[in-house]
Amino acid sequence: MKQELIIAGFGGQGVMSMGQLLAYAAMKEGKEVSWLPSYGPEQRGGTANVSVVISDSKFGSPVIDRPTSLIALNNPSFLKFEPLVKEGGDIFINEDLVTVQSGRKDVTVHLIPALTVANELNEQRTAGMVILGAFITKTGILKTESLLAALTYLLGKKKDHLIPVNRQAIVRGEKIIKKALSSIN
Amino acid sequence: MGKVLMKGNEVIGEAAIHAGCIYFFGYPITPQSELVAYMAKRLPEVNGLFLQAESEVAAINMVYGAASAGVRVMTSSSSPGFSLKQEGISYLAGAELPAVIVNIGRGGPGLGNIQPAQSDYFQVTKGGGHGDYYTPVLAPSTLQEIIELTSEAFRIADDYRTPVILLGDGMLGQMMEPVEFRGIEEKEFKEKDWATSGTEGDGPPRVITSLDLSDIKLEERNNRLQEKYSMIKKQEIKVDSLYTEDAEYIVIAYGTVARMVQSAIEKAREEGMKIGLIRPVTLWPFPSEVISRISEDIKGILAVEMSAGQMVEDVRLAVEGKTPVSFYGRTGGVIPSVEEIYEAIMKLGKGVTA
Repeated sequence: MKQELIIAGFGGQGVMSMGQLLAYAAMKEGKEVSWLPSYGPEQRGGTANVSVVISDSKFGSPVIDRPTSLIALNNPSFLKFEPLVKEGGDIFINEDLVTVQSGRKDVTVHLIPALTVANELNEQRTAGMVILGAFITKTGILKTESLLAALTYLLGKKKDHLIPVNRQAIVRGEKIIKKALSSIN
Repeated sequence: MGKVLMKGNEVIGEAAIHAGCIYFFGYPITPQSELVAYMAKRLPEVNGLFLQAESEVAAINMVYGAASAGVRVMTSSSSPGFSLKQEGISYLAGAELPAVIVNIGRGGPGLGNIQPAQSDYFQVTKGGGHGDYYTPVLAPSTLQEIIELTSEAFRIADDYRTPVILLGDGMLGQMMEPVEFRGIEEKEFKEKDWATSGTEGDGPPRVITSLDLSDIKLEERNNRLQEKYSMIKKQEIKVDSLYTEDAEYIVIAYGTVARMVQSAIEKAREEGMKIGLIRPVTLWPFPSEVISRISEDIKGILAVEMSAGQMVEDVRLAVEGKTPVSFYGRTGGVIPSVEEIYEAIMKLGKGVTA
């Protein structure tokens, strides 16, 4: 199994951290992984993005031309990367912030009200985890426990009181996807 | 210690410390600043010395001083800053001082931009500064390989008393991959009986200089340097290859670009094209013989670079017209896509040469 994921949004939305969590979780599962950030001038006031490749076997390029999945956290990111997603791929969008719609019929668009869910959990910063929960559930590329272990490591001891709410956020993302999938089937 | 997730720039720093280098003189510049920051944090922890110099020129001359005293020492920069160090590198070569200089390349010429590029190939492989000298150049393509080659860079520097360049690009510096610091032991380094660390009256004073006012003596020094370079050419060439056994065509690429090339080659092989990859790991000395030999049995070579075509000149010198050589490159910090490289490969199969 191989996932080539681009996460894109405004600087400050947690794009890089979301990618880092996935990369760390993938490493802990013994998978091959690369994390490549955009570090150009576009980060200042514009969009930031990170390319994460996760694979069961060794791979060459860490650069993604045609992502198998896209996580878009704002309109400009969606418009920039939506056309690049591979046929049969998945697009996860933060429904609370992305207002434009995809015209593509050959990809699956998952509308995740990440901010709404995060606000319900009284922790706005978990919006990213809602989407990551949806992403790993749909693609099956990583286990929930690995993602939580990655978060525990990256948050450090001082912030481990935030783990339960993040777990809830992941589970909510998981539920949104499962519900959507069962309504299709 | 198992695998850790680190940025390429940080990996270089940690690998240097593992190789016994605890002296670093640097100056920040994107996209290598994380290396400077990492050393600032880590070196005090290992009783080393980190110093942020007032400029790249100052940093390279501090390296000259530390190397004269016989310690393992490193500095780093990115393209425009690396240009500023050229005078110092020439002095290190002339005075036969071991040191490791890192260049995490970015788009040029001039101030250019901060995106990845391989357009400093001429500068690093052909001397760079004034005078008849070369520096060994090591070009890792993965973060794990950085660890191995950083250690090698220090070994080569000490063994031959020469400055060595570790060449990467912004992509290599900025990306993260799991790495493992395995198989690196604390080694006893050979005593440097030439170092100006104080003789305490035992024997004649030791002098480190690149100055020789006598023409005959300076020619002797040059002859000695050339002998050293012949030795390095004989003993230190490193090259990696993939799918070359049945290959009718070969792509030659180094550093991170070799990874996009690998993906493009795998795609072309799925289409039935017999194509392989040769990846020079040392850019100087260049693996000319390997390329010369293989060029007798194949239908064509494609060189791919993030430059307007620099390494391809060394490829052509190695091939000596035995097989057609074409080139594909992007400049200005643009990373060539797997798709573009794949298309260039398919053109090669149709006998279209650039």
